[in-house]
Amino acid sequence: MEHHIVLRVIAKFVIPMILLFALYVQFHGDYGPGGGFQAGVIFAVGFILHALIFGIDHTREVLHLQTLRISAALGLMLYLGTGIAGILMGGNFLDYSVLSADPVSGQLLGIFLIELGVGITVASVMLTLFYIFARP
Amino acid sequence: MSLIPDIISWFCLVTGGMFVVIGAIGLLRFPDFFTRLHAASVIETMGSILIVVGLVFQAGLTLVSVKLVLLVIFIMFTSPTAAHALAKSALHGKLEPITVEDNES
Repeated sequence: MEHHIVLRVIAKFVIPMILLFALYVQFHGDYGPGGGFQAGVIFAVGFILHALIFGIDHTREVLHLQTLRISAALGLMLYLGTGIAGILMGGNFLDYSVLSADPVSGQLLGIFLIELGVGITVASVMLTLFYIFARP
Repeated sequence: MSLIPDIISWFCLVTGGMFVVIGAIGLLRFPDFFTRLHAASVIETMGSILIVVGLVFQAGLTLVSVKLVLLVIFIMFTSPTAAHALAKSALHGKLEPITVEDNES
């Protein structure tokens, strides 16, 4: 892949934009199309494009497999923690209304944390699958 | 909506649609891979850019038109790159472009 200079230059320009668009889809998901799953997949696509163009070994140096395992567990723990926080604050499991004094702002906070957990987990699991199926 | 932006918008939309139809006919009718890639590039440069510019005139000065302009910029970066990568990998895979002698014989 050393001679593909056009692809390398365009990828260096495009990959940060893909990651930025993933964050836009994540945090604009309350008001428009989008959400945690889509944002996680788009975020993973940025790294998969990096792996296709610069080689899987470079991507492994940028983002280790161990980091991905930790962040996948972290996203799931964020999801579960939001649910259990609802129980501890006097509601049902995944009851967002009790998370804040005002039910509406509590629901905003709850869906924000849930979608963040989904996004982190989906991005990590997608990249873990790609790493495992790619050349070791 | 006033008349002049509407006329410009519909002119761009119809011309872009014509480019898409021409590109699709070329994609089906051209003889080999490289000429078909050329026809597909017509769709993804002139066709998509003219259609999005027409939509920008429809939207006016809003956040939607800013997003559409960003979309045009990214299409102008990525679609020639995709065509380049396709053509380069086809040449790398020993696919010979069709020539005049092939056509006549």
